[in-house]
Amino acid sequence: MATPKTSTKTGKKTAAAAVEAPRAATSGRKLFEYAPAPESRAAAGEIAGSYGHYINGEFVESTGKETLTTVDPSTEQALAEIAQGTAKDVDRAVAAAREAFTSWSALPGAERGKYLFRIARIIQERSRELAVLESIDNGKPIRETRDFDLPMVAAHFFYYAGWADKLEFAGYGPNPRPVGVAAQVIPWNFPLMMLAWKIAPALATGNTVVLKPAETTPLTALRFAEICRQAGLPRGVVNIVTGDGRTGAALTGHPGVDKVAFTGSTDVGRAIARTLAGSRTKLSLELGGKAANIVFDDAPIDQAVEGIVNGIFFNQGHVCCAGSRLLVQESVHDEVMDALRRRMATLRIGDPLDKNTDVGAINSAAQLARIRELTDAGEAEGAERWSPACELPTTGYWFAPTVFTGVSATHRIAREEIFGPVLSVLTFRTPEEAVAKANNTPYGLSAGVWTEKGSRILWMASRLKAGVVWSNTFNKFDPTSPFGGYKESGYGREGGRHGLEAYLNV
Amino acid sequence: MSDLIPRLDVMKTYKLYVGGKFPRSESGRVYEVTDRKTGDWLANAPQGTRKDTRDAVVAARKAQDGWSSATAYNRGQILYRAAEMLQGRREQFAAEVAAAEGIGGRKAAALVDAAIDRWVWYAGWTDKVAQIAGSANPVAGPYFNLSAPEPTGVVGVVAPQTGNGFSLLGLVSAIAPVIATGNTAVVALAAEAPLPGLSLGEVLATSDLPGGVVNLISGRTEDIAPTLASHQDVNAIDLTGVISLEGPGSARELEVLAADTLKRVRRPSLAPTGEDWTAAPGTDRLMAFLETKTVWHPMGI
Repeated sequence: MATPKTSTKTGKKTAAAAVEAPRAATSGRKLFEYAPAPESRAAAGEIAGSYGHYINGEFVESTGKETLTTVDPSTEQALAEIAQGTAKDVDRAVAAAREAFTSWSALPGAERGKYLFRIARIIQERSRELAVLESIDNGKPIRETRDFDLPMVAAHFFYYAGWADKLEFAGYGPNPRPVGVAAQVIPWNFPLMMLAWKIAPALATGNTVVLKPAETTPLTALRFAEICRQAGLPRGVVNIVTGDGRTGAALTGHPGVDKVAFTGSTDVGRAIARTLAGSRTKLSLELGGKAANIVFDDAPIDQAVEGIVNGIFFNQGHVCCAGSRLLVQESVHDEVMDALRRRMATLRIGDPLDKNTDVGAINSAAQLARIRELTDAGEAEGAERWSPACELPTTGYWFAPTVFTGVSATHRIAREEIFGPVLSVLTFRTPEEAVAKANNTPYGLSAGVWTEKGSRILWMASRLKAGVVWSNTFNKFDPTSPFGGYKESGYGREGGRHGLEAYLNV
Repeated sequence: MSDLIPRLDVMKTYKLYVGGKFPRSESGRVYEVTDRKTGDWLANAPQGTRKDTRDAVVAARKAQDGWSSATAYNRGQILYRAAEMLQGRREQFAAEVAAAEGIGGRKAAALVDAAIDRWVWYAGWTDKVAQIAGSANPVAGPYFNLSAPEPTGVVGVVAPQTGNGFSLLGLVSAIAPVIATGNTAVVALAAEAPLPGLSLGEVLATSDLPGGVVNLISGRTEDIAPTLASHQDVNAIDLTGVISLEGPGSARELEVLAADTLKRVRRPSLAPTGEDWTAAPGTDRLMAFLETKTVWHPMGI
């Protein structure tokens, strides 16, 4: 695995940037030297050599022989063998969920809620273990799993636990009913959090689930199965089947499921929609994004730069709602870019288990290849590339935080989701132009607006075709707040009162 | 020899719960609490006074800022913690409820279970009330317009004195919705059956609930309730436990006192047998002590 290009690119920079950036980058690195502060790998608990599926309350072997290997993306070392779920495995899991549905859905909401409260509490108790395991399997910094993913996972279960006995008050009629068996397929970028977003509302509303975690990040989902057992959750209510896209296709296309919830790429989402066309299976999709993060000339620049960095470098940019297109008003372009480069030079990239790390490893070789392909295209199409000087580890999958300036709306890096730590910078002159450029995408998941003027924030928000608009902040999430996209970013919302709808017959 | 002498239990001194502490009444007085069925002496409960009540209002006001500005999630976690603590003391409460209401142990235990679940029910409401009580208002103009509920402030509660499960389940049903939404409470406990309530203070004190959010006063309702109803720094009063419409300590008298400061008043049901506290609650108690705040903001370039 070749080390990605990390040297500071000069090229055809704007005059100010060419003078400012390298000096700023150097001083940033000298200001903050950190001794390593590694979290203990042992805190992740024991990782078994191989895993089967979790079906009907038991860990079971796959009916097939094929296995996949999940690796630590920061070292490329194998962590465990996981089963490639077969159609037969999926059959068994769906049958178990179907059988459990009768009694689970008949349980009083208060009792269902108490199971979810138990799960939430056990997640809180075991959150250090889960955070370390997640960082090892995914490559994301421990600071994020510890301070973001795990608290959000527990909070999500708490929130929906509370809804279980209050569904009649949720605005979906006097006696809303569950849909049945839910097939849920989740991505690798926030493995346990995506699981929580799927399982918590499904169970609260009385459905049973078969969930397939991503093949590169299955370990926390399998650990979650243990938590279901500790909570005494009735067998069959939660089933977990591992495998790659083939398993996912078998699950989402299974005739025995009543509901499909998918988070992942727009292409796969489209394929699922085609498969389910003409059926009675309910579908919700949370797909790709190409969010515009819009900075006006009156924005507090330092605060906006923090938001830009958080918007695109949080979780290595493996975020569907990442602020991957920076739209900056022309008059403050140079000032914003200088400040952004200075800030990027202080990002610490490396060991995901180091508590000082800001940017961890890219999740897989395949994803790294995709990021490289698109960034190469960015250069080839004439955009200017810049990364701070930083040393990357020699093993594992790494990509330095990268920013492209001089990007035009037709460039691939302005149109396609890169899903990595790569920011494309475009400019605008008027609010109308900002709206037009921001909406000039088939996606519509999120957007950011930075300005001191409240009326402009609300004016912009009303015109942006995006499911979430962050103003003077970015990448904020809460269990109470609905999340989901317009257009080809999918349909349905997760989180909040609105998130119940996807799992109710309404 | 020693196995012939039965061990003597240690008896609990029941005390008030005010500002997160367990004081005796400033009066130094107590009164006898007896088993409702047998008439046997159970304990000497502190006879809380007007002064104790005023002290409790000060404590509730002091706690109001912090509690109302805590996140709804945080309040929910603490209310759920109260359920966990109550679960751990189920047997103790079952015995107290049995004596307070003159019922059998099994029935009392079921009422305690229901009280635990009632905490859980209200714990789940903390971060959902705004989602059913608030609204985005489509005003006819270029304005953002959002209405959201806020707590009304310090709420006086006259605790239930009658009805199936009044002594703990009823008490929890009255207190939990008040504090779930961010209010703080001063509670006049059922005068003749205050022991489950006084013990509930011990549960709340170990549930991460900030001191002063709930204050529990035992004593003569005719001392405590009018003090709450007329107090200048109490924003609302829940008359649930009031059992007469006319005369001293009646709903009318207390409502007249409350009118001086235009307190929000939740009227009692006045059903002859009291409310059945095991009935599934609605949202009325949650909504009773909220203010709706509407924010306008222009939209434009």
